[in-house]
Amino acid sequence: MKTNFNDEIVKKFAIATVLWGIIGMLVGVFIAAEMAWPLLNADIPWLTFSRLRPLHTNAVIFAFGGNALIGTSFYVVYRTCKANLFMPKLASFVFWGYQLVIVGAVLTLPFGYTQSREYAELIWPIDVFLTIVWVAYAVVFFGTITKRKEKHIFVANWFYAAFIITIALLHIVNNLQIPVNWHLSYSVYPGAVDAIVQWWYGHNAVGFFLTAGFLGMMYYFIPMQAGRPVYSYRLSIVHFWALISSYMWAGPHHLHYTSLPDWTQSLGMVFSLILLAPSWGGMINGIMTLSGAWHKLRDDPIIKFLIVSLSFYGMSTFEGPMMAIKTVNALSHYTDWTIGHVHSGALGWVALITIGSLYVLIPKLWKKEAMYSTKLINTHFWIATLGIVLYIASMWIAGVMQGLMWRDINADGTVVYSFAETVKATYPYYIARFIGGTLFLAGMCIMLYNFIMTVKSKGDAKDIAGVAA
Amino acid sequence: MSKHAKIEKNIGLMGILIALVVSMGGLVEIVPLMFQTSVIEAHPNLKPYTALQLAGRDIYISEGCYNCHSQQIRPFVDETLRYGHYSQANEFVYDHPFQWGSKRTGPDLHRVGGKYTDEWHEYHLMDPRSVVPESNMPGYPWFAEKLVDAEQTAAGMKVQAKWFGVPYTQEQLDSAQADVDGKTQLEAVIAYLQVLGTAIPRSYK
Repeated sequence: MKTNFNDEIVKKFAIATVLWGIIGMLVGVFIAAEMAWPLLNADIPWLTFSRLRPLHTNAVIFAFGGNALIGTSFYVVYRTCKANLFMPKLASFVFWGYQLVIVGAVLTLPFGYTQSREYAELIWPIDVFLTIVWVAYAVVFFGTITKRKEKHIFVANWFYAAFIITIALLHIVNNLQIPVNWHLSYSVYPGAVDAIVQWWYGHNAVGFFLTAGFLGMMYYFIPMQAGRPVYSYRLSIVHFWALISSYMWAGPHHLHYTSLPDWTQSLGMVFSLILLAPSWGGMINGIMTLSGAWHKLRDDPIIKFLIVSLSFYGMSTFEGPMMAIKTVNALSHYTDWTIGHVHSGALGWVALITIGSLYVLIPKLWKKEAMYSTKLINTHFWIATLGIVLYIASMWIAGVMQGLMWRDINADGTVVYSFAETVKATYPYYIARFIGGTLFLAGMCIMLYNFIMTVKSKGDAKDIAGVAA
Repeated sequence: MSKHAKIEKNIGLMGILIALVVSMGGLVEIVPLMFQTSVIEAHPNLKPYTALQLAGRDIYISEGCYNCHSQQIRPFVDETLRYGHYSQANEFVYDHPFQWGSKRTGPDLHRVGGKYTDEWHEYHLMDPRSVVPESNMPGYPWFAEKLVDAEQTAAGMKVQAKWFGVPYTQEQLDSAQADVDGKTQLEAVIAYLQVLGTAIPRSYK
């Protein structure tokens, strides 16, 4: 059988997504356990929470999420442009180069080589190499678009394009640094300026890596699986430009009530509130794509993944602007509420849309009629959802509790609780969160099994022309 | 909407528009701060980190302490009671990178300087639960055995002086390596913790 390079490279990304997803989440479950049982690291430096937490965040965001994004963007761009990927060898370099960056992260972060910039911890030599890989990625993606046989650029590609361009900008500006030796470097920005640069980056890593990119995925795979066109073309245009222009202003809400000047905080808060509208525009456009085919939500567990992911997206993009209001933030900031919020987005939105899209993609890539077991997809859906709910509910309760305990003042003007008392009160919630995370990880293992069995199964499907409307 | 069709058919135009639109926020929110006096001018009492303190800071970064500890006291009653005077931007101008953090699994550390004795810190870093039974902080016993990388510290100070204008004297730069040679990581980290936030007194009203 003749192999199609375009599909072969996407297959590699699909495999990498699932494997890195399991590894990243396993590290997450382990460090969640460490918070409940702090002796777990056995005084081994590279097993210590503070060293492994960046590995967890980098692995799930950039290894799991990144492979899913690059892989699906290649698939979507070559299908919707009806053109082969531009420069196949360069596309292979993007795959192997990106894996090398991730291996670099695994070999440095646990051993104390870090910049300490949240979600940009990688040391400078890896940053430089990542820049090269990213430029290569942009060349392949945009090159394929210029070769397209359709006049119009499909809407999913707008989102992937914004994601690729903006991540390049964020990565470079945030990582301007002067090297001291091969691993240590100092950021060029001083104190408060460094803080705003980093959170301009950090917030938009969420906005463009974890949102715009995944909206691209959503705009292709939901219409395809639902067998219906995107609900509103006009809405996609409006919410695309509104989303990418307002996201970039919202970073200062990570620095409310800090020494960052007030005017910057207020501006960040205003744009965070505005952001609710374009975020919900995307959610509505995705969910309403199902209108006229609502029964699929009952019959097709893949659609369940895709649509519930949008529900979590809507929920966390409502919660986000609320938490960006200064008076709410005064309570929520520094607490586990933030962790709950992040995971309702990361597990509920990013992971579920990825999982749903992979369940659509895997049979197509390996030319099978369907996934090996639809029942296991359904099991995965419920175990994942249960895990998310347990995770975020426990962190919400813990966060609000911490915020209230910290601010409690006695009649004589002293604080009611010592900090240690608030830590003690949080232990039960750390344990509940650990269980929630474990359930989610178990779901990923079910997926891996289903994946392997699908690839191994006999009965090739006839080639499915999978170009969305 | 028909005008949008022009953008949809031209990837170059679309790319340029995307780049323009996403650049605005940063230009407006970040660039002016680089010129705002309250942000870039040092507090009169603020001194650059000594070689030993900077070595401790590099270890603080390397171990990832920022994952659980903030260095930023907000202007709320409970925070100033618990941690001391709220943080000001001019206390951080020699911080490359900043260490404000985003989560308090442990308490804020901005004004931990002088709050506890060196001996308390030693016990606490070796085994946190020996002094705070409720703590879920990991111990860092290897601090006592590992030595500071003196060469790196000296090179780091030179970078800060040359590139960022941190006002180190030539004497400080010359003696940096000798100042930290043979010191343990424990001594360095404690030196760093003990200077944190001391430009403004904890109890300042």
